[in-house]
Parts: sequence; structure tokens; C-alpha cells
Amino acid sequence: MDDDAKLIEFEAKIKRGEKIEPKDWMPERYRKQLIRMMSQHAHSEIVGMLPEGNWITRAPTLRRKMGLIAKVQDEAGHGLYLYSATETLGIGRDEMVDQLLEGKAKYSNIFNYPSLTWADMGVIGWFVDGAAIVNQTMLARSSYGPYSRAMLRICAEENFHKKQGYEIAATLALGTQAQKEMVQNAVDRYWWPSLMMFGPSDKDSPNTPLLMKWKIKRKSNDDLRQRFIDLTIPQAQRIDLTIPDPDLKLNKKTGHWEFGKINWDEFYEVIRGNGPCNKERMTARRKAHFDGEWVRIAAEEYAKKRKTNHSNNN
Amino acid sequence: MISNRDSKTGQALFEYLLRLGDDRLVLGHRLSEWCGHAPILEEDIALANIALDCIGQASNFLSLAGKVENKGRNEDDLAYLREAVDFRNVQMVEVPNGDFAHTIARQFLFDVYSYPLLDELQKSADGEIAGIAEKAVKEDRYHLRHSSEWVRRLGDGTGESHDRVQNAFEDLWTYSEELFFTDEVDDILVAAGIAPDLALIKKAWEEMVAKVMKDATLDIPGNDRYMAQGSRNGRHSEHLGHLLAEMQIVHRSYPGVKW
Repeated sequence: MDDDAKLIEFEAKIKRGEKIEPKDWMPERYRKQLIRMMSQHAHSEIVGMLPEGNWITRAPTLRRKMGLIAKVQDEAGHGLYLYSATETLGIGRDEMVDQLLEGKAKYSNIFNYPSLTWADMGVIGWFVDGAAIVNQTMLARSSYGPYSRAMLRICAEENFHKKQGYEIAATLALGTQAQKEMVQNAVDRYWWPSLMMFGPSDKDSPNTPLLMKWKIKRKSNDDLRQRFIDLTIPQAQRIDLTIPDPDLKLNKKTGHWEFGKINWDEFYEVIRGNGPCNKERMTARRKAHFDGEWVRIAAEEYAKKRKTNHSNNN
Repeated sequence: MISNRDSKTGQALFEYLLRLGDDRLVLGHRLSEWCGHAPILEEDIALANIALDCIGQASNFLSLAGKVENKGRNEDDLAYLREAVDFRNVQMVEVPNGDFAHTIARQFLFDVYSYPLLDELQKSADGEIAGIAEKAVKEDRYHLRHSSEWVRRLGDGTGESHDRVQNAFEDLWTYSEELFFTDEVDDILVAAGIAPDLALIKKAWEEMVAKVMKDATLDIPGNDRYMAQGSRNGRHSEHLGHLLAEMQIVHRSYPGVKW
């Protein structure tokens, strides 16, 4: 069968709603787009450990400390799981990690913002995990089997993280004046960058039509962003926090919240590496990687020795 | 709740629970500093997991300490509102993490102590301690497996890893004797069947340390050095104050609020 015929069969399969599995034929662009998206997703989990890891040692109660460690641990687990799922596309974890450390691969912009107070641990869980859930619920219906299954599993945990985050935010919002100010400040800082998590507006997202046709993505960036906003505004209202957008208005006809202008210049600047924490995040990841090199080499060497001993004994 | 918590036993028990709780709180805190910075992703997960277990165990022991003390302090009051001199952990757990070899060597020396201790505490005459130990010993079994495997791996890995982990043991040996410090707190609780005799734990510790270090082609450091002492009575290294300053800052900045 030539590639044209294979492509027709591939697209027919996707149209029928069947999943593409690792051993199935797929167009090179499908494979490349998936590697880009999935590895980016894995990197985001790993870099995402840093802003929250930043508050583990200062968490205000033992219960909160445990909740936060468990969350960051989950993120490491998600990263591991996503790297494995991406490996089914024929790329190794080492190569993906190198791409991240060399600055060739992206990760979510949101982690290039600093976590400044304990309230950020609430608002990150609520907004950032909330946005991730909206995105991942869509990706759970992705046409690529391993990605779709990874998303189902990860989403269940993200839901828990979001609840935990909202509960932290709500506790602060209903607490003392100082606590309320702390959480409002975090909302003010994280709202707009959270909206940017869904990526550029549809008209500036050249990959979207093909990604949708091949059902890698099932909804556009703008649709997902709107869904997140519609879900989140009532949650903020319930605990009397103000979303920092004077243009927010419920359109009674459509049932959707209309919102103000996103600062896309900021978005592209942060992508280009000019965000508040881009340098720190990459420095931290590189340091962990290079400081840990001797450990990885030792583990490999030990495994080799064990293998040799084992075969000598047989 | 046992009835023999008379004032003398009760006071000893409170001290003893602080020792159990503070060891695990401070160690868990140090381990959690690795989160996001470990040499491989699998170790980010493992170290976070062990940190979580340690803090969970600490929370249980400190909560019980608060009940035994009967002055209305809960586990958070004890963790966040005491000064360094009131902490009862050994110095080994408060020293900074150092490199991965140092963290692993410390964890191993502590696990080999903690596992048999918790194993014995399951038989404690105090039902509540026995209950906490019963859950914790299962966690510690995994901790010990993890740390002893890594000691073997690093010791018998490359020349560099061997030297690093050997140096780590040399540095940490100073703190090893403190693990087996006993005073009248132990005397009272051993007599009451609440705590095990640490001399027995020490024997198990020495055997296991010797075995794993031999497997790992490592030399056991000698005792001809300064051996740290005093932390079970509140004499710590300078490191603990800094650790607590960080740990307690948010809690202390907003007295009496809910989190």
C-alpha cells in the first residue's frame, strides 16, 4: 500500500472514532505533532514542580505540608507517565529531557511566574489545575490511544488537586482580612497567565485545524478558554473574590462570560524566554540534571555489574 | 488510652513522643527539599514519598504527644510554635542534605534505626503508640529497602559514587551514637513495657549497617572522632534554627488563624 492509500485509511479510522495505537501507521506530521504536544505536557509537569515545591518547606500546617508534597509527587508521576506515553512514538526520555534543557522544547508558560505567598498554593491548584482539567478532559478523547489513556488517569488526580487548591483558597478567603488580601493578591497575579495557558487565539493558532481534523485536539483554544472562564467565575463569586477583569460580563443570551483583552505581547515574550522566572526554572532543572549525572552513571554501572555477576554465576 | 500515665510516666511518655515525632518531622522536612531537584524523576517520586511518610508519622506522634501532655497543644502547635532548644530530634536529621550520597547515607543510617524500633513499638503496652507503629513500620520497610539498595548501588557503582558515599558515611558517623542515647525517659518507659530497650535496637543496627556496607564495598568509619551528643535534651547544631525559621514563618506570621 502506498502512503496515499495509508493516509486515506488512517483518516477513515479517525473519522470512525477508532484510536490510533503505537504500531499503527501514522503520517509523520501526526507523529511529530503528538511528540511536540505530549513532551511539552510532560515537561510542564516537571517544571511545574518548582513553583509549588518552593512552598513545601513553609506550608503553614502539617496537613497542608503533606497535601502539597503529595501534589508535587503526583506531578512527578504524571511527568513519568507522559514521558513513557511519548516514548511509544519512537523518542527516548533522555532525548526529550535534553530538548528541554537545551531550551528547544517548551513547557507551559504559567510556570514562569513566581509563587510569592502561601495563597499561591491555593490559586495554582484552583486555576492552573482547573485549566489543565479543561484541556485534559478534551485530550482524553484524543485519537492517539496512549495519550488518551494517560489523560484519563491524570485527570482523576488533577481533579483532586483542583479541589485541594480551591479549598486552600476558600479557607483564606473566608479567613482574616490579612488572609483574604493574600488570596486576592494571588488571584490578581494568576488570572491572566492562567487564561494564556490555553494558547494563542484560534486565529493565531496555525496548527489547530489539522490537529482537530486528526482529532489530536477536539476543541479549539478559544473554546477551551471560554469553558474555563465560565466554570471559574461562579467559583470565585462563591468565596467573594474579585477576578481582575473590569470587562467581565455575563452574556445572558449565550450563557457565556465575555472578558477583556488578553495581553498577547506578554504571552509571546514569556514563550521567547522573557518571563519573570524562565531563567530560574531552567537553571534549577539543569542543576538537578547535571548534579545528578554521577548518580545515574553509578546506577547504570551497578546494574551492569549485577548483570555480569549474574551471568557468571549461571 | 492506658491508665498508667501517671505524672512521671506521662512526662516521660511526652518526651519520648517528641523524640519520635521530631526525628521524623525534621527528616521529612529535609527530604522534601529534594522535591523537584532529584537526580532522576523516579527519585523525585521516591524521596517525596518517604518525606510524606515521615511527616505523616510525625503528625501522629506529635498529636499523641499533645494528648499525653494534656495542655491543649495539638501537632501543629508542637511543630510550629516550639523553639529549636525544645526540639528533641537527633542532629543527624537536621544537618543539610548535602549531595545525593549524603542524603542516602543519612536515610540509611536512620532507617536501620527506625525500622527495628517501630517493629518493637508495635508491641508497646501503650495501645496508641502500638497503633501508630503498626502503620509506620510498613512504610519504614520500604524506606529501608530503598536506602539500602541505593547504598549498594552507590558504593559498588563507580569510583566517584563510591568515594562520595564513603565520605558521606564518614561525615555522618559523628551523629550515629546519638541515635542510641538513653536516659531516665527510656528507663521509665522500658520498665512500663511502653518502649523497647535501645541496646537491642543498637545490636540490630550494627549488624545491618555492617552487612549492607560490606555488600557495598564500603568501610565502616571508626568511633575515634567527635561524637555528637545532647540533642535529645535540646542541644542541637546551628542548622536546626534555620530549618525551623523557614518551616514556621507562615504559621507564626498569622497567629491563631485557620489554614
